Amino acid sequence: MVTFNLLINAVVTGILLGGFYAAVTIGVTIAFGMLDIVNIAHPVFIIMGSFVAYIVNRHFGFDPILTVIVAAPLFFLLGIAIFRFYYAAFESSGKGSLRGLAFFFGIMFVIEVTLLLAFGVDYRLVQTSYIGPNIGFAHIDLPLRMVVPFVGSMALVSGLYIFFGHTFIGRAIMAVAQDEFALSLMAVDTVAVKQLAFGVAIATAGIAGGFLIVIQPVDPSLGREYIGRVFAICVLGGLGSITGTVIAALILGVVETITSTIFGPSWAPAVSFAALLLTLAIRPSGIMGR
Amino acid sequence: MRRIPSWIWPVLVALFILALSRVVKNEYYMFAGYVVLQYIVLASAWNILGGYSGYVNFGSAAFFGIGAYGAVVLDKLWQPPLVVAIVFGGIVASLVGLVTAYLTLRLRGVFFAIATLALAIVLQTLVMNWDFVGGPLGYYSVRPDSIAGFPSYVNYLFVIMLGLALIAVLVARAIELSFIGRGLAAIRDNELAAECCGVPTLRLKVFATMVSGGLMGMAGAPFPYYITYLDPNSAFSLAYGINSIAMPLIGGMTHWIGPVIGAVLLAVIQQVATVTISSELNLMIVGVLLISFITLAPNGIVGLFERYRQKRQRRLST
Amino acid sequence: MTTQSPLLDAMSIRKRFGGFVALDAVDIAIRPGERVGLIGPNGSGKSTLVNCLSGAISSDTGTIRFDGRAIERLPAHQRTRLGIVRTFQIPLPFTSMTVIGNLTIPLRFAARHHAVGGTTNDVEQALLILEDVGLRDKAHEPSAGLTQVELRKLELARAVAARPKLLIADETMAGLSNSEVDEIILLLFKLNEQGIAIIMIEHIMRAVMAFSQRAIVLVAGKKIADDTTDVVINNAEVVRAYLGE
Ligand SMILES: Nc1ncnc2c1ncn2[C@@H]1O[C@H](COP(=O)(O)OP(=O)(O)OP(=O)(O)O)[C@@H](O)[C@H]1O
Ligand SMILES: [Mg+2]
Repeated sequence: MVTFNLLINAVVTGILLGGFYAAVTIGVTIAFGMLDIVNIAHPVFIIMGSFVAYIVNRHFGFDPILTVIVAAPLFFLLGIAIFRFYYAAFESSGKGSLRGLAFFFGIMFVIEVTLLLAFGVDYRLVQTSYIGPNIGFAHIDLPLRMVVPFVGSMALVSGLYIFFGHTFIGRAIMAVAQDEFALSLMAVDTVAVKQLAFGVAIATAGIAGGFLIVIQPVDPSLGREYIGRVFAICVLGGLGSITGTVIAALILGVVETITSTIFGPSWAPAVSFAALLLTLAIRPSGIMGR
Repeated sequence: MRRIPSWIWPVLVALFILALSRVVKNEYYMFAGYVVLQYIVLASAWNILGGYSGYVNFGSAAFFGIGAYGAVVLDKLWQPPLVVAIVFGGIVASLVGLVTAYLTLRLRGVFFAIATLALAIVLQTLVMNWDFVGGPLGYYSVRPDSIAGFPSYVNYLFVIMLGLALIAVLVARAIELSFIGRGLAAIRDNELAAECCGVPTLRLKVFATMVSGGLMGMAGAPFPYYITYLDPNSAFSLAYGINSIAMPLIGGMTHWIGPVIGAVLLAVIQQVATVTISSELNLMIVGVLLISFITLAPNGIVGLFERYRQKRQRRLST
Repeated sequence: MTTQSPLLDAMSIRKRFGGFVALDAVDIAIRPGERVGLIGPNGSGKSTLVNCLSGAISSDTGTIRFDGRAIERLPAHQRTRLGIVRTFQIPLPFTSMTVIGNLTIPLRFAARHHAVGGTTNDVEQALLILEDVGLRDKAHEPSAGLTQVELRKLELARAVAARPKLLIADETMAGLSNSEVDEIILLLFKLNEQGIAIIMIEHIMRAVMAFSQRAIVLVAGKKIADDTTDVVINNAEVVRAYLGE
């Protein structure tokens, strides 16, 4: 029986979840939406972030979210390294699309299997003070393990919003996204700008990984569930719009939790696929598109 | 030399393997050979869309799984002959290909790629929730102990898959050499120019997706009988996705023999690796090979071979 | 103007990119066998108009009739088959194919749909066309290895291979030497004598003057002149648009 109370709880949980989805997707918004790099391995970098948080938490007891924030520069460098490789092998030669896609598909498998060989198929979790307790008011129960990642995600996304809108480098990235050719005519090193942006994208993946392992236990293949989700959100959000991404993520989070409440959690993954296909069929430019 | 039509070679090789299957007594070879043949179907099918037109399909597992679960549904209903299940799996898979292609192929190619990737995952979800076919518990198919005219049921499955592999290779070859293949190549080179040269690009892409998906579905239909216990994880395993991309890329995508070479090579490596080392390492090998080939030898083994031949010709002519 | 009914009749074609109006209610009509020059400063919307007419992009509003049929909803390949064939300003060759292979695509996919009982096969027809544009000796070379000038000729050859009734040549002559420009003009005249109407988009005024019977001028997405070539180049507004400021 789905009561009104249950529904309210579902909506609120959905908003929390959706906020987290925004953090998960924002890297794809940057890489795919702005740079046109279809990094389908993005979710697996998130899982990497989760495992970094897991190892540090397990051995030193550090907070998972603080850990990934500290580790973010490492992910940034990893992103730079991957971009260099990708650029040298595919983009500079112009014949990128098919092989670039297959390249990231290969990366996805290699990282996933490496994690699998190193950690096995078991679910891993972290211990912190905010996993477990709830905060509640009125009839609503908010588990802290969702509230904290939500707040963290919103901080991350807001930070990026300011970065892209109000800093010199961020605006340079946006400009490259708009018209790379024109910028290259103005003697801007567009490759360096894109490299930096891709580094930022991967860094957000690492951070989102810290949020993820707070929300749920993580195993190496969990990333697959996020592939459909991140691209559905990215497309629904209008490819490359940060505001659009947040709105789309919130919508998807709410629809998913309501779906699980009514039909059972095993149906949740179908929501993102339906959202993706519907968006592509009805309004491919997304909610924020012109 | 030009007198013999080249389609004769796959047919002769298939006949030779058929003869061998009559002589070889060890069932392990049938078991392992089945997998190799299955990958020849998947790789050749993938290449019809991916290699010829340049549209990446990440969802081979989806089409394969449709075929496998199509067979399960029929098996539960009235246990028809395997050939019926194969045709059924092929039709359903190509219809799913039609819908996916029609919705996404009007847009940029990456949307199709993303949709197919998500398709595999969502179909797995649907099957997980479908109690009729066993849900997450899977389904045991009872296979006959023997079948008239064949030494064993495994031998029968092997021969069926041999036939499917031959069909897949001949279909891929026929498309490649026909005007459809020319049109797909034009799409791969430049879709806008192709459209403005009169190529009905959407129709050709949808057609290629349907043929490709249909063949993958056909490859999946005998699978429940092959492993006898089918669950959503094995039917929709992403291993199919990565293998059917890696095999044509490694073998070479512009010629029908490329996927065959890649499939034989990779499938044999994996069969050996499964016996000697872990099955996770299998995927690792495929992933590493895939990355190395697309960066170092983008035209695959066929491309390497052609370059070698050209070099030799040039040396001979000077 | 004669009373002959137009081959192409496009009315109030509008196209916006975001907030930017690239084409503002442009009308254009072409009679069968006519030679028309389409001129205008850079960014005035000439290529965009070609894209809308050929179906490469769809216009926001407007109607297009070709050979008496409404075609504004048809996809590009069907328009090509009906006989509106265009070249691309930036050549888009099929790089995996040889030069002659590039021509077999339109010969197979477009020309067959209205070819008048040709008896020669695709290869012979392709070689004849390549002969005309001066690429005969490159026929079996990979198109990826061509120079920019050769690519422009290939672009034109591929359009001719589609057997157009209306050929839209978008800056085919940019970068060509004087003698090569003359060759292309001769070729276009030859095609025109076979009854093909031609829209020539060109910045080389000498070519426009020599070739076209009529000139249409686009400035900032608006048609500002449409008359015989002599009248148009003496039109004050046109002179201002080109030489002004
Ligand atoms: N796909 C597009 N998206 C956004 N703006 C576009 C697009 N295509 C063209 N434009 C803009 O429309 C205007 C007209 O472009 P168009 O290419 O039609 O000009 P043109 O007259 O062909 O110029 P040129 O002589 O340089 O070829 C230009 O300002 C161009 O930037
Ligand atoms: Mg132009």
